[in-house]
Amino acid sequence: MSGEHAQLSDEARDRYWSKTRSLTIVVLVLWFFFSLVIPWFVSSLNSVTFLGFPLGYYMIAQGSLIAFVVLIFFQNWRQDQIDEEFGVADD
Amino acid sequence: MAMIKGAFLDNIGRVYGIYTGGFIAFIILMAILEQMGVGADTIGILFVAFTIAIYALIGWLSRTMEVDAYYVAGRQVPAVYNGMATAADWMSGASFVALAGGVYFGGYGYMAFIVGWTGGYVLVNSLMAPYLRKFGCYTVPDFVGTRYGGNLARFCAVVVLVVASFTYVTAQINATGTIAARALHIPFSYGVWFGLLGILLCSMLGGMRAVTWTQVAQYIVLIIAYLVPVIWMSNAQGFGIIPHFTYGEAAAGMAQFEAQYGLNPPAEAIPGLSVLTTPHTGPVGDLAQWKFVTLALCMMAGTASLPHILMRYFTTPSVRAARKSVAWSLLFIFLLYFTAPALATLTKLQLLDPSLPTAIIGKSIEEVQNLAWIQNWSDVGFLAVVDQNGDGILQLNEFFMRPDIVVLATPEIAGLPYVISGLVAAGGMAAAMSTADGLLLAIANALSHDLYYKIIDPKADTAVRLIVARVLLLVIGAAAALIASLQLTGILGAVAWAFCFAASGLFFPLALGVWWKRANTAGAIAGMVFGFTAGSAYLYYVYTGGTPWMGLDHLRFGIVGMATSLVAMVVVTLLTPAPDEETQRMVDETRVPTGPAILAAKH
Repeated sequence: MSGEHAQLSDEARDRYWSKTRSLTIVVLVLWFFFSLVIPWFVSSLNSVTFLGFPLGYYMIAQGSLIAFVVLIFFQNWRQDQIDEEFGVADD
Repeated sequence: MAMIKGAFLDNIGRVYGIYTGGFIAFIILMAILEQMGVGADTIGILFVAFTIAIYALIGWLSRTMEVDAYYVAGRQVPAVYNGMATAADWMSGASFVALAGGVYFGGYGYMAFIVGWTGGYVLVNSLMAPYLRKFGCYTVPDFVGTRYGGNLARFCAVVVLVVASFTYVTAQINATGTIAARALHIPFSYGVWFGLLGILLCSMLGGMRAVTWTQVAQYIVLIIAYLVPVIWMSNAQGFGIIPHFTYGEAAAGMAQFEAQYGLNPPAEAIPGLSVLTTPHTGPVGDLAQWKFVTLALCMMAGTASLPHILMRYFTTPSVRAARKSVAWSLLFIFLLYFTAPALATLTKLQLLDPSLPTAIIGKSIEEVQNLAWIQNWSDVGFLAVVDQNGDGILQLNEFFMRPDIVVLATPEIAGLPYVISGLVAAGGMAAAMSTADGLLLAIANALSHDLYYKIIDPKADTAVRLIVARVLLLVIGAAAALIASLQLTGILGAVAWAFCFAASGLFFPLALGVWWKRANTAGAIAGMVFGFTAGSAYLYYVYTGGTPWMGLDHLRFGIVGMATSLVAMVVVTLLTPAPDEETQRMVDETRVPTGPAILAAKH
């Protein structure tokens, strides 16, 4: 743990949490779209061809997976920024 | 052992670099031996024996008598390596051995597993891992017991954990038995015990520390073993070195073969074996979309509640490193999962496309029955070629195969050298062993730490605690092997159950423990008890022949469990008083990365 742990004021703590929460909500909305909305429309997506794949199949086999990986790296990058802004980055 | 302490962590990149090089050299050596005429069976045995010997060596070098090292690997595992260890822990026999086969036979509908088992990590990262790491717990019930207070909550969490993990571990030991049976030519029931022996060698002496470092080694073996045959097949079929972006036409063209051969059920079904009846690229049947989404959701929520995964994030040095290692985990897992549909597609093409020399559908029955790989797998009862319509030609619905063997048999189907089959067997073994290790450890730790130390005998000293943990590891492993040898369900089915159990009982109590300050003890207990009971009762109802409600079959009972759990937890929480000041402050502390852990070190 970091030695220079600054005690956050209640107000700063609330702001920190509300930013973290907003980020989490954005991430979960995108997660919902790629994991649960796309499969719902797979039949219509399949009529489009992408890289030679039927698009719906492609999204399920690869596209959504790539989105998840990017999403997590994005979230961590943003969360690190928030942590640093409030001086609570722990390493 | 000095090598495994400070010096090891400083040189970790070099150590695993040398290890990877050594493994590749071993593969080349085996290829040379094959050229010199050494038999296929010997090569298979050497592959499995050599890799297990390495894991056992790592396990022995990592032996420890310290609580922190035993439970959380001393909390000093770097993020990238924790990512690899998690990936190996995660990718079980089901992912490695059974998933591509499931996609091969189950078609599009089974790809819900792929989405579920990757998308779940977004939930782990957003809702769980960083906060549980901040908490400083040793086990998942440790969090439940401290956040909600009281032994009853802790005990409920232990019960859910044990049921979910035990279901899962029997499937893994089943997978090790399947591989050992084929590679070593021993009966399945012996293979199971052989697999267990390997698993215990890795975890008995060094607990989490040993398991972490063997899992990194196992990841390297399993990913090489998964990618090599796919790349090889892809080259042979003209899709280039990296098939992932080029097999589109193969996937799109599958519909043509499906129409040509017809997707018909067999005249006479063979229990345990499947024929291809579902289309490759699109949904089919009533409620197809609903079924896909519910299965994916169960797997995702299960991912975020399975203790053997969550406890991997307790081993990192900081909250930030915990988050980072979730990202690395998903990246390493992704490498396998986005290959699985490619493997299923290319293998299917090998068998169906008449322009390839390996195609068997449409050939004469006699010719097919004389193929070496058909005979090898038929001998162990995992495959059958039967001329049910009596026309002397193999139809698509006359080729029966156990879905679990598709990956293992692929090198033989595609006519690759035997060294690749040996490699795949070693990879499958690594995948199943690493997951079984993580699961057995999760169970034994929960029982020794949460049940024995926290509830039964809080005065027990370190040596006793660690001996209890090891004895439990042995007993649970033996019980799991015993049940696995009965072969109650397929590998993929048992794994789906484990996810549904975990999601039913633990998902909302864990997530709301961080995200809803108002959540209290009574609510959490209600969430665990009602969710878990409702899920289990529904599983029993469906499994014993009840009509599934809205297409929610035995793979999806987590939906029922989770819904019940959420309602019960919210209603009971709101009917009972809010948690006290101290608990609310604890939740506040959990949400901020810095500051002392909630639970003191060495609790």
